[in-house]
Amino acid sequence: MTRRPVDTGDPDRLYTVTGGRSRADDSFDLVALVVSECEPTAGMQSEHLRILELCRHPTAVVEVAAELRLPITVVRILLSDLLAMGRITVRHPQMAQSAASLPHSALLKEVLRGLHNL
Amino acid sequence: MGSTISELPSRRTPLADAADTGLKIVIVGGFGVGKTTLVRSVSEIRPLNTEELMTQAGVGVDETTAVAAKTTTTVAFDFGRISLNERMVLYLFGAPGQERFWFLWDRLFSGTLGAVVLVDTRRMNDSWYAIDRLEHHKTPFVVAVNRFDDAAGHSLDEIRQALALPDHVPLIDCDARVRSSGKDVLITLVDYLYTQAMAQETTP
Ligand SMILES: Nc1nc2c(ncn2[C@@H]2O[C@H](COP(=O)(O)OP(=O)(O)OP(=O)(O)O)[C@@H](O)[C@H]2O)c(=O)[nH]1
Ligand SMILES: [Mg+2]
Repeated sequence: MTRRPVDTGDPDRLYTVTGGRSRADDSFDLVALVVSECEPTAGMQSEHLRILELCRHPTAVVEVAAELRLPITVVRILLSDLLAMGRITVRHPQMAQSAASLPHSALLKEVLRGLHNL
Repeated sequence: MGSTISELPSRRTPLADAADTGLKIVIVGGFGVGKTTLVRSVSEIRPLNTEELMTQAGVGVDETTAVAAKTTTTVAFDFGRISLNERMVLYLFGAPGQERFWFLWDRLFSGTLGAVVLVDTRRMNDSWYAIDRLEHHKTPFVVAVNRFDDAAGHSLDEIRQALALPDHVPLIDCDARVRSSGKDVLITLVDYLYTQAMAQETTP
């Protein structure tokens, strides 16, 4: 897979992208699905613009990170900004907070059906 | 502005607009064991690659200085996805089994349905650590033996003993290059999870 290490290897760039903040918002699970609630407009920060473009259809946080070639932490910060401005909504996974507890059998049954249909 | 937009890859296959439930399964294993191959064989998209930051000290991202810190390193992993139906989408993550990766486990993989430990019989020791860590994180898992052509023909029983795997943990053969085989591995895992969930739901 092609990588551009320059994006992540350069702390200055990350600093610029996130406005100097470093606290990641863990409420964005890797597989939370992000949906744009508005069109990108001129003058927006380019990363915000790209996220709004990507998320016209539901897009997982991890896919946003891969497409933008930015670390997860940085993407979580960008998404927090957009969420605070009401420009995206987030469809949270049911499982996110229950690390050690077992998922409901009904959910697993649906997963099994989907896999069998592959 | 214009150049930013034209950089967007056009080959993306978007999810259904009704998609609302993301799920994850993690494939863990040592270097070159076939993680990416397995993800590719079952994924509906070409595997994508991404990364997370961690400090050299190895305890995740330092709250005060992380992003700008010179000591920040990255841990890379790849993933693919399977749309199970209009609403549910399963993400498969290929995770390197090395030590520093486990510091990021909770940040990245909390809430995972379960894990597949991919084993290469020529380097069985690599699997020990992964199994130990998964037990520590209370993540249910199955073990899949990726048979390489030049590997000695250990039986599954021998492998179970060598890994000190409890009887209840499913252990199966697979060929990560073959889609139907990768699919069987996933079904084995979810079947196992389903059985566990049923047992838990029926015992008060
Ligand atoms: N003979 C054989 N070769 C395989 C099989 N699975 C994978 N390979 C090959 O083994 C090599 C490594 O596979 P990868 O899928 O890249 O392994 P990986 O675990 O992602 O490797 P890293 O990400 O580098 O740790 C590739 O050349 C694959 O084509 C298998 O079942 N049989
Ligand atoms: Mg790989």
